[in-house]
Amino acid sequence: MKKIFNDAKSALEGVVFDGMTVMSGGFGLCGIPENLIAALRDTGVKDLTVISNNAGVDDFGLGLLLQTRQIKKMISSYVGENKEFERQYLSGELELEFNPQGTLAERCRAGGAGIPGFFTKTGVGTLIAEGKEHKEFDGETYIMETGLVADLSIVKAWKGDEQGNLIFRKTARNFNPMMASAGKVTIAEVEEIVPLGSLDPDNIHTPGIFVQRIIKGEHEKRIEQRTVRERENA
Amino acid sequence: MAWDRNDMARRAAKEMEDGFYVNLGIGIPTLVANYIDDDIDVTLQSENGMLGMGPFPFEDEVDPDLINAGKQTITELRRTSYFSSADSFGMIRGGHIDLSILGAMEVAENGDLANWMIPGKMVKGMGGAMDLVAGVKRVVVVMDHTSKSGAPKLLHECSLPLTGKGVVDMVITNLGVFEIAEGGGMKLTELADDVSVDDVKSSTEANFEVAV
Repeated sequence: MKKIFNDAKSALEGVVFDGMTVMSGGFGLCGIPENLIAALRDTGVKDLTVISNNAGVDDFGLGLLLQTRQIKKMISSYVGENKEFERQYLSGELELEFNPQGTLAERCRAGGAGIPGFFTKTGVGTLIAEGKEHKEFDGETYIMETGLVADLSIVKAWKGDEQGNLIFRKTARNFNPMMASAGKVTIAEVEEIVPLGSLDPDNIHTPGIFVQRIIKGEHEKRIEQRTVRERENA
Repeated sequence: MAWDRNDMARRAAKEMEDGFYVNLGIGIPTLVANYIDDDIDVTLQSENGMLGMGPFPFEDEVDPDLINAGKQTITELRRTSYFSSADSFGMIRGGHIDLSILGAMEVAENGDLANWMIPGKMVKGMGGAMDLVAGVKRVVVVMDHTSKSGAPKLLHECSLPLTGKGVVDMVITNLGVFEIAEGGGMKLTELADDVSVDDVKSSTEANFEVAV
């Protein structure tokens, strides 16, 4: 089965429907599937539930899908950088479920690994724990969180091959590997599609079984907080 | 007269020990990295998936694939490793990180911490804070002693929604240092320069034992 598609638009054909759940990799604007997000907007799909650590900025990343009101609900850990998000949330147009970041990462990992629920001490005694099953292990209290799966996962990697094997680069890895594993269909966009055999099998981060479609993208890689130091004059 | 941001960061850096893996929060905690003693070896963790965080880059080193949890561009070191968010929070939740230094809106005398939401205001989210305070071995809060309006932030009970229950081990403010015992009980252990116990008492709601 051929996994390589020509572009983001063709890769999304036949897998998009209104009301679907989409996982989108990335942390801030780092390692986000920017080509697939833009193409998803262009499909006009609506009432999306989007699982993503953040919500992009107003005019980039998931902010594009907020501008067009294609998102019904977000599951995220931090959404601070997006004014349009704030407006839609405060006016009641957008539902929001906050998950602690580690809980969100583990929910995606668990979903992809066939684990429907797990216990964590994160959030015990807080609003997050309300309504959740509590259980003691060795005298300490934990709460139950559930695994997450998505109808579609869109992820960004550095390099991939025709089998869908992926390698991520530096901190652009973040949520991408778990989300790749938790999609009923996973589409990866990469900076470079390399010939089979050129990735070191011992160093593949996401094995191709988790990736159904792959495209080569063009990446702007916008920086949110450009922070530099000055060189001291010699 | 009292400590400034850099004094508080310098004091917080003294909580680090040789061989520690440390997570620093945003704001004053970020400054702590500037004051780590040269004689000890400390590895900084960034919860977006990096151990061995280096300083900010020079202009020509900026890499969009290399950021910290505050989304700032940073650099790697020779010891650096990268991993997924699931592995990162495995380290945190699993108790492998020795020390977390972070800011707060309120701390209660039993160690309860509130730093993620104010009801009625736009909530940005807890990010990784709930995982950090629940999982890291030792939690040190660095914050101003009172709010901008002068209201105490060290309280009998937090009024804001909690980030963690009974999780804080130490609080460093511009007025001094407090230790919180396992199970509760706050103790003032150090005073900032030219600050008296009465100064501290007048701007603190929480009960505390004086041990300076």
